[in-house]
Amino acid sequence: MQNELSAIEKTVLTDYKYGFVTEIEADEAPPGLNEDTIRFISAKKNEPEWMLEWRLKAYNHWLKMSEPTWANIKYEKINYQDIIYYSAPKQKKKVNSLDEIDPELRKTFEKLGISLDEQKRLSGVAIDAVIDSVSIGTTFKEQLGELGIIFCSISEAIQEHPELVKKYIGSVVPITDNYFSALNSAVFSDGSFCYIPKGVRCPMELSTYFRINAEGTGQFERTLLIADEGSYVSYLEGCTAPIRDENQLHAAVVELIAMENAEIKYSTVQNWYPGDKDGVGGIYNFVTKRGICQGAHAKISWTQVETGSSITWKYPSVILKGDYSVGEFYSVAVTNNHQQADTGTKMMHLGKNTRSRIVSKGISAGVSNNSYRGLVHVGKNAANARNFSQCDSLLLGDKCGAHTFPYIEVKNNTAVVEHEATTSKIGEDQIFYCNQRGIDTETAVALIINGFAKEVMNQLPMEFAVEAQKLLAISLEGSVG
Amino acid sequence: MLSIKNLHAGIDEKKILKGINLEIKPGEVHAIMGPNGSGKSTLASVLAGREDYEVTDGTVEFAGKDLLELSPEERAGEGLFLAFQYPVEIPGLSTTNFIKTAVNEVRKYRGEEALDAVAFLKLMKEKMAQTNIDQTLLSRSLNEGFSGGEKKRNEVFQMAMLQPKLAILDETDSGLDIDAIRIVANGVNKLRSKDNAVLLVTHYQRLLDYIVPDFVHVLYNGRIVKSGTKELALELEERGYDFIKSENVEA
Repeated sequence: MQNELSAIEKTVLTDYKYGFVTEIEADEAPPGLNEDTIRFISAKKNEPEWMLEWRLKAYNHWLKMSEPTWANIKYEKINYQDIIYYSAPKQKKKVNSLDEIDPELRKTFEKLGISLDEQKRLSGVAIDAVIDSVSIGTTFKEQLGELGIIFCSISEAIQEHPELVKKYIGSVVPITDNYFSALNSAVFSDGSFCYIPKGVRCPMELSTYFRINAEGTGQFERTLLIADEGSYVSYLEGCTAPIRDENQLHAAVVELIAMENAEIKYSTVQNWYPGDKDGVGGIYNFVTKRGICQGAHAKISWTQVETGSSITWKYPSVILKGDYSVGEFYSVAVTNNHQQADTGTKMMHLGKNTRSRIVSKGISAGVSNNSYRGLVHVGKNAANARNFSQCDSLLLGDKCGAHTFPYIEVKNNTAVVEHEATTSKIGEDQIFYCNQRGIDTETAVALIINGFAKEVMNQLPMEFAVEAQKLLAISLEGSVG
Repeated sequence: MLSIKNLHAGIDEKKILKGINLEIKPGEVHAIMGPNGSGKSTLASVLAGREDYEVTDGTVEFAGKDLLELSPEERAGEGLFLAFQYPVEIPGLSTTNFIKTAVNEVRKYRGEEALDAVAFLKLMKEKMAQTNIDQTLLSRSLNEGFSGGEKKRNEVFQMAMLQPKLAILDETDSGLDIDAIRIVANGVNKLRSKDNAVLLVTHYQRLLDYIVPDFVHVLYNGRIVKSGTKELALELEERGYDFIKSENVEA
């Protein structure tokens, strides 16, 4: 068995099949960050004055902030002056339809298994693809438009729907919120925008696909999603990056707004390049995601499968402002080799009879560290608030770490808050039992971890669930022995 | 079918099996009995290929192959099945899904096509009736929260699904009340045929009232010290293991 394992080990991480680079000419800003960089980005995007002012305000605030150090992660200090803040694939001219997109770019997305082809309606998923700093194209726009749904890049939304952007951007994650969100607010280059009108149930999954391509760049995308009264939307997000031995920064902000009786389901499969087996390279994934249940009976559900990035720092949160609103967080975070993850959620119960549910499954292998960090806050007016949290950790091998940092703040004595946590190891006994039934070790590990993560995987839309299961298995190949 | 010659094995320098010889032919049922610590479960584990044990001498031939050269999953593919004394739990993995994976992995090893959902379901229904197992048990997570009896019945059901050439039942009766033993034994009896063999490892004679063996072997201190027919089991029941111990003090 030892020999077999080393054969598996050989395939570890060389299996990061998205590690290619596309040779496309890029239109880049010089490295470094100052007011001119921001003016450059804003001018490139032909933005209105209010947007530029907002960015500059964020930048000036960011200058006064310092990088947070409370997370359970370690990394070399980032030099923010080395980063290229704007890189756009050079398009010969403005494209009017997806057919006119640079063939090299189209090929990139084909390799990633993403169809930008509007003809392929069978896939039933509308996609906005973002490469480096700009949105490449959005599919199914017209069909969605007939229902009054707006789904486009955020740059386009700033031009076409400034009243909506102006009203909601920064309303959930203010520019002063934290170091990385302030940075994002200053330099974000693109991202997705979505508005679902009153009473509309979005008929297809909406999806954004992020790709870092150019060297030395950071990716700072901004996603804004508004579900008006009584509407429903399910949104998927995927991401990959080429294999490089430098660390690249990804600092995104996602804001969700759910009005009365609206429901937003937001799913992420995060597969940024995790670095090699010695911990060289990989993406720093420092992301702020937050939603607000603005009206009564609103619901926001976050589901995340985090397998990539050398460091993950993110806490998709829900502000439960409306009475009877519901927040959910389902997470599987896998760390292998030298990966580090500090992830979890915040559930802020403000309204009456609000409910939240947290299910976090951490899987650690290699010499990695995996932390769950969560806050359940019940405000003084949040009568009858309820929370249930479950945090399970699974360890593969004896050199990795699993940590749980649950914080609970309750200011209303009618609240009921429950927390359960378990830590377990994949046992030799479990593997042998599977072996004895004819199942090899690799398949056995996949069965065991998928069983462990099942409650979360069940939350994913079908299109993603199968892919995510495979991803879990690949991320952990060779880690049991 | 199975030919064990002079098998020596141990764990961490400790010698447990000290020269086992055993021949099992198709259609036969053999019982291995013996006091605690005699090496019964070690023999079952070594045959199934558990890594913790080291074989220091001897040979084991199974279905014409050198069994000791094969990995545990290859042994399963060749038709060796071990019903565990303590079946493990795998939370979140449905029993049905586990068995389907096992059946198809074994088929793959034999160069057979995987069963599709329809064919698998048909096989499952047939074997469920044969082993008297409940559907609800199979939709639950593998062995999670199962009672002792349910775990053992699940082992017998898996055996029925995999249709092994040689089934080794390691203390399958331990911890079961008499009704549960009867149900498990019925399941095993229905699976007996002229082509397959069963090796029962047990401490007590009572299981042998329900699964009647052709041969009984007494294992003591790492060796088979006495072989006979089912009457030997009755003698052991009556006289206890002490007479075996006293007979072998000098040896």
